[in-house]
Amino acid sequence: MIEFTLWDIVRNLLLAARWTVLLSLAAFVGGALVGMAVLFFRIAKNKWSRRLASGYIALFQGTPLLMQLFLMFFGLPMLGLRIEPWTAAVLGLTFFASAYLAEIWRSGVDALPLGQWDAGASLGLHYLQELRLIILPQAFAITRAPTVGFLVQLIKSTALTSIIGFEELVRTSNAINNATFEPFKVYGLVALIFFVMCFPLTQYARRLEKRAAAH
Amino acid sequence: MAFGWLPGAVGDIAHGAATTILLIAVTTLAGTLLSILGAAGRRNGPALLRRAIAWYVEVMRNTPFLVQLFFIFFGLPSLGIRLDPILAAMLAMTLNMAAYTIEIVGAGLDAVPHGQTEAALALGLRPRQVFIKIVLPQALKIIYPALTSQIVIMMLESAVVSQIAVRELTYEADMLQARTFRSFETYFVVTLVYLLMSMALRRLLVSGGRRALGAGVS
Repeated sequence: MIEFTLWDIVRNLLLAARWTVLLSLAAFVGGALVGMAVLFFRIAKNKWSRRLASGYIALFQGTPLLMQLFLMFFGLPMLGLRIEPWTAAVLGLTFFASAYLAEIWRSGVDALPLGQWDAGASLGLHYLQELRLIILPQAFAITRAPTVGFLVQLIKSTALTSIIGFEELVRTSNAINNATFEPFKVYGLVALIFFVMCFPLTQYARRLEKRAAAH
Repeated sequence: MAFGWLPGAVGDIAHGAATTILLIAVTTLAGTLLSILGAAGRRNGPALLRRAIAWYVEVMRNTPFLVQLFFIFFGLPSLGIRLDPILAAMLAMTLNMAAYTIEIVGAGLDAVPHGQTEAALALGLRPRQVFIKIVLPQALKIIYPALTSQIVIMMLESAVVSQIAVRELTYEADMLQARTFRSFETYFVVTLVYLLMSMALRRLLVSGGRRALGAGVS
């Protein structure tokens, strides 16, 4: 049996944490892009487009993320795509994030006075210009705190991809635990690493919230 | 796509769903009670307790539920605390939910006007009676919608406890797909069951809340 020093455990966990960070970033960027598309449907003038987007959001917010990941992992091969844990993890988290981000930003759009739209129209802007120049910049600005808050949730959610076999922090810690039989130490360290990643963001979100409340 | 296995699996799925419902029912009751104590302690307790609760909330909110679950189920036995999977799941869910609902209940307590407390004290109620009979009911009414969402989120999160072999809905799905070799179809059906359960739970909580807490609860 190989002896693991504390440093060996920490080093291996930190190496694995890179994948957690990378996955979080990929899912956040992907989720933001898809979320923008969902947002366009969600605030469109067409009633069916809005219903479709609401249904999409309700579907992802009403089912467990673990099930969404399983469906990705087992469903994509049926479409003839070879799927690896990384692909399933990124795609699953991207769709998950898109639903939440679209809903957060939609609340920002709804919070703007209708006069903003009218003012844009009276300046001769067409719909897309109004969105790009007037509505979306303001909607993003007032929803910055919940967006950062969701990023924290997303980082924590990457832990679930260990279950479909993606080698991130939690999956590595399971392997280390199986070799060292020190679950208290190993999972304690994993929790600490997650805390170090999430806590500054939580504080940042709180500061943004306070600043928004002051205005 | 093939669903020939479905009629034979209804029993297992129902059994799993019942366990999930049991988990969330226990978590809701224990978690809400704990968060009332926590929120009250954070406001009126001694300084040390206040700081301890604040840290507890931060730690739980900034670490994944899966890691908390593993820590409780695999880590605590090395301190001599060995728990049944289902007890470990209930404990982890309760502790996790309380961290979120302490904040929610606290916001509710802060939102009740201070004049309510003063008026009740002036009527000769003891401080504990003031809290239980006057402040708490009003606070719960204010925060009820937020509490409802948190309960539904927790129900969805409970899928994770399949990882420590609690025989709830996701665990039954894992077993079924291993038997039928119809992974996608199995998870598809079970996802729909979760969707129906979350919609039903939300509706139940809203109508139940309206009955228990009076009109104006959405």
